[in-house]
Amino acid sequence: MTPVPFATLGRISPGDLLDAVRSPERGGTALFLGTVRHGPDDGAVVRIEYTAYEPMLEAEFASILAEAERRWPLARVVAKHRLGEVPLGEASIGIAAAAPHRADAMAACGFVIEQAKKRLPVWKREILADGSAAWRDNLGGRTASPRPGS
Amino acid sequence: MGGLTIRCRLFARYAEVVGREEVELSLPSDALVGDAVAALRRTVPGAAILPERPLVAINQRHALPTDPLRDGDELAFLPPLAGG
Repeated sequence: MTPVPFATLGRISPGDLLDAVRSPERGGTALFLGTVRHGPDDGAVVRIEYTAYEPMLEAEFASILAEAERRWPLARVVAKHRLGEVPLGEASIGIAAAAPHRADAMAACGFVIEQAKKRLPVWKREILADGSAAWRDNLGGRTASPRPGS
Repeated sequence: MGGLTIRCRLFARYAEVVGREEVELSLPSDALVGDAVAALRRTVPGAAILPERPLVAINQRHALPTDPLRDGDELAFLPPLAGG
């Protein structure tokens, strides 16, 4: 069976993520959504364009989830990363983790988002309302992109 | 004698500043990742702007400057990551 890709061009459905981890044995469920936002120094962000090295994104995400399920063997974790243009307020990443108890569900969910930020080969180009664009990274870096944003 | 040929992939800001997404490099057979980075920065127009020690991946796995290369490898130059 072909694995379902972690990357998606469509909207991330929290309900689909929750359904994928739901079971009668798992009484605690944690959901994390990362959404496109205005940061304190960002100006008016209109949208973010996400690109990725997709085969590595798939391999790395699979590895992160496998590590999570080794550390919390009774947990089930699923995740999606959106690529392409993501408008303000919509989710770029969604992670759901369910386990028999809340502590493991929350720990597994937190582990996956922290590892995803460090390891996934994904890049984002912010488009501002004035038409300018900038590359942003997870270490706080911001570099102007010479291409116009619109 | 003999050497190896690798395919370099550039992404996001690196592709934007260099103006290319792929570059083929021919290197000595004992070349390490760091040698490939230096060769790319030295020989490809615009690539000198890339860091001396960028994040890299060999065949879709994170790698180090001291890792060896094999003929046919895909070496990806990864700008600072921004997933999530």
